[in-house]
Amino acid sequence: MKVTKRTFDAVIVGAGGAGLRAALQLAESGLKTAVITKVFPTRSHTVAAQGGVAASLGNSEEDHWHWHMYDTVKGSDWLGDQDSIEFMCRKANEVVIELEHYGMPFDRTDAGKIYQRPFGGHMSNFGEKPVRRSCAAADRTGHAMLHALYQRNVRANTQFFVEWMALDLIRDAEGEVLGVTALEMETGEIVAFQSKATIFATGGAGRIYYSSTNAFINTGDGLGMAARAGIPLEDMEFWQFHPTGVAGAGVLITEGVRGEGGILRNSAGERFMERYAPNAKDLASRDVVSRAMTTEINEGRGCGPHKDFVLLDITHLDPKVIMQRLPGIREISIQFAGADPIKEPIPVVPTAHYQMGGIPTNYHGQVVAPRGNSMSVAVPGFYAAGECACASVHGANRLGTNSLLDLLVFGKSAGETAVEDVKKSTKAHKALPQEAIDRTLARLARLDTQKDGADAHQTRLTLQRTMQNHCGVFRFADKLKEGVTKILEVQQDVQRVAIKDKSKVFNTARIEAIELENLIEVAVSTMISAEARKESRGAHVRDDAPDTAEHPNGRDDDNWLKHSLWFKEGNRLDYKSVKLTPLTVDTIELKKRAY
Amino acid sequence: MDEDRGARLRRLRWHCRRALLELDLMFLRYWQRVGDDVDAATEAALERLLEMEDHDLWELVSGRQETGDPQLKGVLDSLRQA
Ligand SMILES: Cc1cc2nc3c(=O)[nH]c(=O)nc-3n(C[C@H](O)[C@H](O)[C@H](O)COP(=O)(O)OP(=O)(O)OC[C@H]3O[C@@H](n4cnc5c(N)ncnc54)[C@H](O)[C@@H]3O)c2cc1C
Repeated sequence: MKVTKRTFDAVIVGAGGAGLRAALQLAESGLKTAVITKVFPTRSHTVAAQGGVAASLGNSEEDHWHWHMYDTVKGSDWLGDQDSIEFMCRKANEVVIELEHYGMPFDRTDAGKIYQRPFGGHMSNFGEKPVRRSCAAADRTGHAMLHALYQRNVRANTQFFVEWMALDLIRDAEGEVLGVTALEMETGEIVAFQSKATIFATGGAGRIYYSSTNAFINTGDGLGMAARAGIPLEDMEFWQFHPTGVAGAGVLITEGVRGEGGILRNSAGERFMERYAPNAKDLASRDVVSRAMTTEINEGRGCGPHKDFVLLDITHLDPKVIMQRLPGIREISIQFAGADPIKEPIPVVPTAHYQMGGIPTNYHGQVVAPRGNSMSVAVPGFYAAGECACASVHGANRLGTNSLLDLLVFGKSAGETAVEDVKKSTKAHKALPQEAIDRTLARLARLDTQKDGADAHQTRLTLQRTMQNHCGVFRFADKLKEGVTKILEVQQDVQRVAIKDKSKVFNTARIEAIELENLIEVAVSTMISAEARKESRGAHVRDDAPDTAEHPNGRDDDNWLKHSLWFKEGNRLDYKSVKLTPLTVDTIELKKRAY
Repeated sequence: MDEDRGARLRRLRWHCRRALLELDLMFLRYWQRVGDDVDAATEAALERLLEMEDHDLWELVSGRQETGDPQLKGVLDSLRQA
C-alpha cells in the first residue's frame, strides 16, 4: 500500500530535552527540520526533573571538569566510556551557559551568577570532599529547561508534529536510515517521513517495571524501533532504582525526606539501616539503601498484608518542618498511600528510576553498531541522544543531575554532526524501500485482525510484574533464568495482542498496543543481558557475585569490563570493550567503587 | 454514543498522559471511576485543566492551591475522590 510521504532534511523523534536541543542545532543552521512527538513538547518527561543539571562552573567554590569527570567514571563503576565522559564534562559549562542565554531562569547568587547546590556524588579534587555543582531553577529545572528550548525552536522555525506516534525506522538494504513511519493520532493516517538525518530522542522505558517513578509515556519506543531495525541495545541490564517510591504507585519521595531525619523501618519497627550502614544509616547511597530494603523484604521483614514494602517514618519530625522543608510530600503520601505522614509512616519500595543503557552511540551522537571487524561503525543517517541513547557516560550507574547534562551535550552534538552530514551530502534523498513501510503496515494490520488475542492491559501487567520480580534491585541466578523463560512467554502474548476498538481517530487502545510492542523489546533485552552478566557492577547486583577480596563489590574486571550488546534477532548477545582512553587526559584507573 | 463524542473523549484521555506520574495516576483512577459518564460541562472543565502546565495542575489537583472557579472545582473534587 502507498502511504503519504513528507520530506525533510532532518527528522527528530522526541521533544524532551534531548530532542529539542538537537532540533535547535538543525533548525538554526537553516535545515528543514521536523520534530515528531506523541505528546505536546512541554508534557515530555524532562519536565519531572527537579534536582538540577551538573556543570563545574565553580560559581560557589572551586571546581573543575576533570573532577566532574572523575566522579562520573567512578559513579559508572568504570563501565562508562572515558572519551564520552571527558567530552560531556568539558562541554557542561558551555551548554548550561547557552541555556542561560536562551532565557532559562536559573537560581542566582547575590552576585548574579548561577547558584550551585550540593548533590550526592559531586566531589572536588578527585573524590576528596563534596562540591556544589548542581544548577537548578527552583524545583522546576526540567520544566524551565524545556520551555526555554521550546521557545527557541519556535523562533527557529522547527516544524512540530504533535500527537504523532513514530512507528518504525525506515532502513534500506545497505543499512542506511532514511526516516521513520508515523501515525497521526487525530486522523489515524500513516505517513512516511523521509529525511537525510533521523535523530531518536524518545526518552526512557521505566514502565517495563511494575514500580516505576516514570510517567506513563516512558515506554521505550525508540529502543523498540531500533531493535526491530537490527540495531543492538547496549548495557540494558543497568537500571537505577530510587530507594523511596510510594509502594503501589511509584511516585518518588525525594532524598530530602531522609535528609531531614526520615527513618526507614521494617515490620518490627526496627531502624534496619543501622545494621547495613552503621555510619551513614538512612543517608547511605541510593544503591546501598535500595539493597538493604530489598533484603528486609526478601527475608520476611516487610510490612503490610503481603510483607512487600518498608516504612519511611517522619512522624517524629515537627509538623512545621514537614510542611516547610518537605513541601508536597504530605500531599503525595495522602493521595497515593492513604497515609498522612505527620501521623503515620509512608509505605515505600525501591522503584525503577533511570535506564543507563540504550541505543549505542559515540560522543558525536552517531548511532554505532558492529560491522565487519569493528564493533562500533556509525549507522549512516541515524543519531540518538538523551535517555534512549547510550553514549555511554553513565556506565553501570548514573550520577544524579548528569542526565539533564547528557541530553544537552549529546542533543547538541547529535545535532551538530547531523548538520555536517546533511550539508556534506550532495545526493538527493534516497528512495524509500517499500518493504520497510510494508512491515509497519503489516504490524498494524495484525493488530486489527487478530482473533482470540491476548488482552493488552493484562499482558503489560504480566510484563511489569515479571521484570519487578525477576530483575529488580537485587538479582538471583535462578530468578533471572526463570525470568528469561517467563519474559519470552510474555513476548509470545504480545505478538498476539488484540484490540477491540478499531476506530481511526485517537484510538488510544491501538497506541497502547503499539507501545507494548516496544516495551517488550526493552524488557527482553534487559532480562537477557542481566542473566548473562555474571558479576555485580554498579546498579547490577547479583547475589551470586558478592563482595570478596578478589572481587571487591563482586565486580569482575578480568571477565566483565565490557559493554553488553543485545540483538533482537535470535536474542543474541555480543560484547564490546569499554573505552578507557579519554580524549586528552590520562585514564582514570580502575579502583574499587566506595563512598 | 455518537462517533464524534467517542473520539473527543478518547482525545481527552490521551491529553491526560502527562509529564508527572502523579497526574497520570490521578487521571487513571478518575477515568476508571467515571468511564464515559462525562457531561459537556465536565468535558469543558477537563479540557481547560489539561491545557495547564503540569506543575501548576498538580498544585491544584493535590489541593496545595485552590481555585475560585466553581466549574474547575467540581472536576478537581471528583479527581481527588477517585
Ligand atoms: C521523577 C524524576 C526526576 C528526575 N530528576 C532529574 C534531575 O533532577 N536531574 C537529572 O539530570 N535527571 C533527572 N531525571 C532524569 C531525566 O529527567 C531524564 O533522563 C531526561 O529528562 C530524559 O530526557 P529525554 O529528552 O531523553 O526524554 P523525555 O523528556 O522523556 O522525552 C521523550 C520524548 O519522546 C517523545 N516520544 C517517545 N516515543 C515517541 C514515539 N513513538 N513517537 C513520537 N514521540 C515519541 C515523547 O513525546 C517526548 O517528547 C529525573 C527523572 C525522573 C523520573
